[in-house]
Amino acid sequence: MEKEERMQENNENMSRRDFLLYTMGAWATVGVGYALYAMYKTWEPLPEVMAQATVEFDLSTVKPGELKVISWRGKPVFILHKTEDMNECPNRTVAGHYTVVIGVCTHLGCIPNWEADKKIWHCPCHGGEYDACGVNIFGPPPRPLDIPPFKLKGNVIVLGEEGPEYKKMISG
Amino acid sequence: MRFIDWLDERLAIRQLIKVMMTEYYVPKNINFLWSFGVLIVLMLVILIISGVFLLMYYKPDANLAFDSVNKTIMMDVAYGWIFRHVHAVGASIMFLLLYVHMARGIYYGSFKPPRELVWLTGYVLFVLMSATAFTGYLLPWGQMSYWAAQTITTLFEKIPFIGPDLVIWIRGHFIVEDPTLTRFFALHVVFLPLLLIIVTAVHLYAVRIVGSNNEDGEPIPKEEKKKKGIPFWPVFMSKEFFVMAVFLTFFFFLVFFHYEFAMDPINFIPADKLQTPPHIYPEWYFLAYYEVLRGFFFSQNLGLIAFVLSMFIAMFLPWLDRSPIVSGKHRPLFQIAFWIFVFDFVFLTILGKLPPTGLYAWLGLIGSIIFFAFFFSLPIISRIERKQLENGGKK
Ligand code: HEM
Ligand code: FES
Repeated sequence: MEKEERMQENNENMSRRDFLLYTMGAWATVGVGYALYAMYKTWEPLPEVMAQATVEFDLSTVKPGELKVISWRGKPVFILHKTEDMNECPNRTVAGHYTVVIGVCTHLGCIPNWEADKKIWHCPCHGGEYDACGVNIFGPPPRPLDIPPFKLKGNVIVLGEEGPEYKKMISG
Repeated sequence: MRFIDWLDERLAIRQLIKVMMTEYYVPKNINFLWSFGVLIVLMLVILIISGVFLLMYYKPDANLAFDSVNKTIMMDVAYGWIFRHVHAVGASIMFLLLYVHMARGIYYGSFKPPRELVWLTGYVLFVLMSATAFTGYLLPWGQMSYWAAQTITTLFEKIPFIGPDLVIWIRGHFIVEDPTLTRFFALHVVFLPLLLIIVTAVHLYAVRIVGSNNEDGEPIPKEEKKKKGIPFWPVFMSKEFFVMAVFLTFFFFLVFFHYEFAMDPINFIPADKLQTPPHIYPEWYFLAYYEVLRGFFFSQNLGLIAFVLSMFIAMFLPWLDRSPIVSGKHRPLFQIAFWIFVFDFVFLTILGKLPPTGLYAWLGLIGSIIFFAFFFSLPIISRIERKQLENGGKK
């Protein structure tokens, strides 16, 4: 009899201990979860980085055949004033004459160089090539150079905002 | 009372010394390849000491980092250049030591039961060391630093769905920028070295529990340890000191007379976010994997999968090679595969630095396939050997 009682008591103790253990475990999981989340959040770009909002640029300053490079969100943006001898691509041409693309190779992120004599961008890293429209024509790049979101205000292009011209380009 | 007794009463220090040193028996039938483990520990110590001294003048800031290394440490700090050259050459030689150490393990079957955990902890050390070298390489903020970080972080962009956001998260910016530098700095000087030290301790402890493997892969039961082995301390280490002396002579010869192999000239140009250097490549110790990435030139995704696989596949050796014959010394078939693999690794390393065009592209593909073929041949070789053993005696 005595023995049984003691066992029962033991069982009770065990379940009480289990209960404490589980609550503590759950509580600790919540704590660790939040700690990890906070750590994760610290690595996100700072507000000042996210706010590197928009850049404005006057397209008419680029002479025919000329390439200008401007910086948007730390990335180079190529602005090429196309000439007749370069290939046509109506749905990649901005304001009738310009190729506007993010100058970051779609392969591994190097910056392709404009080779004026061949009228192509050549990527120094693994030999990728893009034509004057920014379309990949050779090597490892999987897709054409990206077109940054833009809006047109007359001759001025605003990078970082999606205008109707941009939306039309992207959709078709 | 002697000091050692005083310590012993409080820390059981004698027991610790016994387990780790005087009663850890190293088999007699080993060769000089077994001295590399201790050389790696030595190299880690050298890296940590030189790193701490670099840290005293290094400035982790995108505007200041380049000058703090190339002007302050290299030109102004007395003997600063020695510490930098020791650190850079040290990182490079560390990988040479690691590769020899690992190849030794593969050849003599040191990853097989009961040493799986020795192999796994060792592999974790290799991965940690690679991460340490990669993050450290960004710190001088030169052109090569910058573009290595830019391209390697871009790899994460290719992960389906989360990729594009993940890269921005890793960099803390749309491109590699100041936040990337400061977080790589924190990882490089605190977090990763700390993990390296902890995992090294576990690795060394694990070796002492299961005992060293030997040239013949012969298991040595407890009773025979004394007869078939020598105590790690003082006997093994007395020989090791000689190897260390020879190694350090070689190491400092490189540091003083041939450090340029670890100091890429392109990295003496400050990082320029708008201009990729005309030819970029990783440090020599990553070239083989880099070549696997480029090897599958017709498909970017295949290349990426192969790249990741090539870096981790060796971790699974204990489950790929289950041959009952432990040591490669007694496995003629395995020896052929092993040496092809070693030459292939060297071959890939050489190709990695050449332009990936024309014939080189195809050679890269072939080399990459051979790299994997080695690992996938192991289960087959194991099977053949098991059969041979079962039909035993026939030989
Ligand atoms: C444990 C393995 C380590 C490896 C493989 C390693 C590797 C590297 C590499 C490859 C560089 C670039 C070298 C150059 O271009 O000059 C570097 C730089 C640096 N490392 Fe380490 N490192 C290690 C440990 C440490 C430790 C423990 C510290 C500090 C406590 C440290 C502090 C630094 C600093 C401050 C730099 C920048 C200065 C410079 O570039 O010369 N490192 N490391
Ligand atoms: S990054 Fe441009 S081709 Fe690889």
